[in-house]
Amino acid sequence: MAQLFPKWTNHFPTVAAVAGFVVTVLVVGFVWYYFSPWYTDVGYRPPQPISYSHKLHAGDLGMDCRYCHNYVEMSPHANVPATQTCMNCHTLILTESDFLLPVRESWKTKEPIAWNRVHKVPDYAYFNHSAHMDAGIGCYDCHGNIADMVVVQQKQPLSMGWCLDCHRNPDAHLRPHGELTNMSWTPPDNQKAFAENLKKEKQLAPPEDCSGCHR
Amino acid sequence: MSTEAPHIPTSPGAPPLVTGNQTFASVTENICRITERKTPPVWYLALGAAMSLLLVLFGSIGYLFWEGTGIWGLNNPVGWGWAIINFVWWVGIGHAGTLISAILFLLRQRWRTSINRFAEAMTLFAISCALIFPGIHVGRIWVAYWMFPIPNQMQMWPNFRSPLLWDVFAVSTYFAASLLFWFTGLIPDLATFRDRATSKIKKYIFGFLALGWRGGNRQWRHYELAYLILAGISTPLVLSVHSVVSTDFAISIIPGWHTTIFPPYFVAGAIFSGFAMVVTLTIIARKLFHLEDFITVNHLERMNKIILLTGSMVGYAYGMEFFIAWYSGNIYEQAVFLNRAFGQYAWAYWIMISCNVIVPQLFWFRKLRTSIPVMFIASLLINVGMWFERFVIVVTSLAQDFLPANWDYYRPTIWDISTFVGSFGLFFTLFLLFIRFLPMISITEVKAVLPQADPHQGGSHE
Repeated sequence: MAQLFPKWTNHFPTVAAVAGFVVTVLVVGFVWYYFSPWYTDVGYRPPQPISYSHKLHAGDLGMDCRYCHNYVEMSPHANVPATQTCMNCHTLILTESDFLLPVRESWKTKEPIAWNRVHKVPDYAYFNHSAHMDAGIGCYDCHGNIADMVVVQQKQPLSMGWCLDCHRNPDAHLRPHGELTNMSWTPPDNQKAFAENLKKEKQLAPPEDCSGCHR
Repeated sequence: MSTEAPHIPTSPGAPPLVTGNQTFASVTENICRITERKTPPVWYLALGAAMSLLLVLFGSIGYLFWEGTGIWGLNNPVGWGWAIINFVWWVGIGHAGTLISAILFLLRQRWRTSINRFAEAMTLFAISCALIFPGIHVGRIWVAYWMFPIPNQMQMWPNFRSPLLWDVFAVSTYFAASLLFWFTGLIPDLATFRDRATSKIKKYIFGFLALGWRGGNRQWRHYELAYLILAGISTPLVLSVHSVVSTDFAISIIPGWHTTIFPPYFVAGAIFSGFAMVVTLTIIARKLFHLEDFITVNHLERMNKIILLTGSMVGYAYGMEFFIAWYSGNIYEQAVFLNRAFGQYAWAYWIMISCNVIVPQLFWFRKLRTSIPVMFIASLLINVGMWFERFVIVVTSLAQDFLPANWDYYRPTIWDISTFVGSFGLFFTLFLLFIRFLPMISITEVKAVLPQADPHQGGSHE
């Protein structure tokens, strides 16, 4: 009987096995990298209705984050300030500025300004700002150096793995209460001892079980 | 050739394994003819019926994906319903194939040769049906891949301490090993099909699948070694897979589930139901395709003996569960078992006892275990009983959990039923395709148990 298949087909099983392995690794790697918030979300910078500059207010003028986001230490949600907060100053400063026209409009009509949310955590993940502030996690650790941003953008992936990294080993991120909003704080030499001490004093035990965040 | 041990003589006086004065040529002819002749109309009818049921399955799954598990009869205490019952039932049925192909091979049981191909195929199709249920019963089907340890940036990882994860690995390993074993056994027969093929396309398909088999001495040596190794790998799986399935229950703390007897009890039940299914299908196939010479009453009788043995083991386990419930002195454990036998699900319990414990006792009598109608009905009843065994285990323990305020009665919905009935569509569609296109009896292995294959009758050159 004549040969049905040419000789090179002998390599078929080897090629198929190697290709199967390589393709699997590539697909997993592709999804791992390109489907992750690390790739899709970091750098997200939606346009805002008002060209408000954090760099000017929090950076150059040195305002504390909590002047506007005043519930961050008391509530799960770090509030976006009401128009009233803007007008505390802007009834006196730049009262005629074109930039601030929408703010004055909002002030007059009592229609809130529709800011665009930058940092999004899914509904099924419970995140509490006040708990993190109380534990000694600074704004910078999740939001990056806001005081240096003209338009706010997302700096960290906010993925589950990223949360867990810190929950498993928070030492480098814990800071004294007075430094929470300091954007240029760097860990001191005795950070390890400080973190140990703080964890003992506040009985910190960042949850790593599912129900810690998925309630 | 001989995949069997060459020098184990069949015991004198034992009934022949193949009847009808078969020769090597007639064995090939009789088995190949089934797939080579014109497709009988009854096959189309059967396939049409099976595929209609398959559509029912697809429809039910489609609606499930659209609407969610709320379409099933699950309620507050009973969070595991028919999906798990069906899964365990189908996996259990899948156990006969590997037992026949691996353990009976290692034990040199020559009677396995006529039924092993058939039983292995049944195993593969039963596991395919079984795998559907854990796949679809997760509420969020689009994240079903979380069942597997795939690296991801969520750092989402399966919990290796959970028996549900062991299940994923146990069953998928079992499927892979069974598939390899089945395919390896098929290779020489596929080469026969290739050589007999009349059309070019068939020649190429069977030629591709036969992996260049020529039947040379060296190929046979490698082949037999590979087959032996695969049998060795598969043997522990027969015991491990259903043991792991049983830990889904036994590792939890639900009374009625949390017992150490579960792994052996489940394995015995699995082999029991698997053999019953093989008997059911074999009786139909040998009748339809006139295979009485290859699958003799002797084969069926041996399977019935295994059914009797494993059925009695299952009966013993039922009794022992009650004994331990009493002996433990734990009133909650006792209450669960009393409730099983006399509570709101007593009807299911007594169906289970009648089918699984009483029916196999018929096989103590030679006259009954060699009677085709008796064994056919018995094998059907046994599979009904084994389904109810899983129903009793899953539902009775859950319906009355720790908080009496939660107690509820579980009822299936039409979607539970249609999914289960639909899974038969998948099973029979695959089976009908198998018997139409592949040799349902191992040609090479049957030749090896013909008297001609052993001209010295077990003796040696003196």
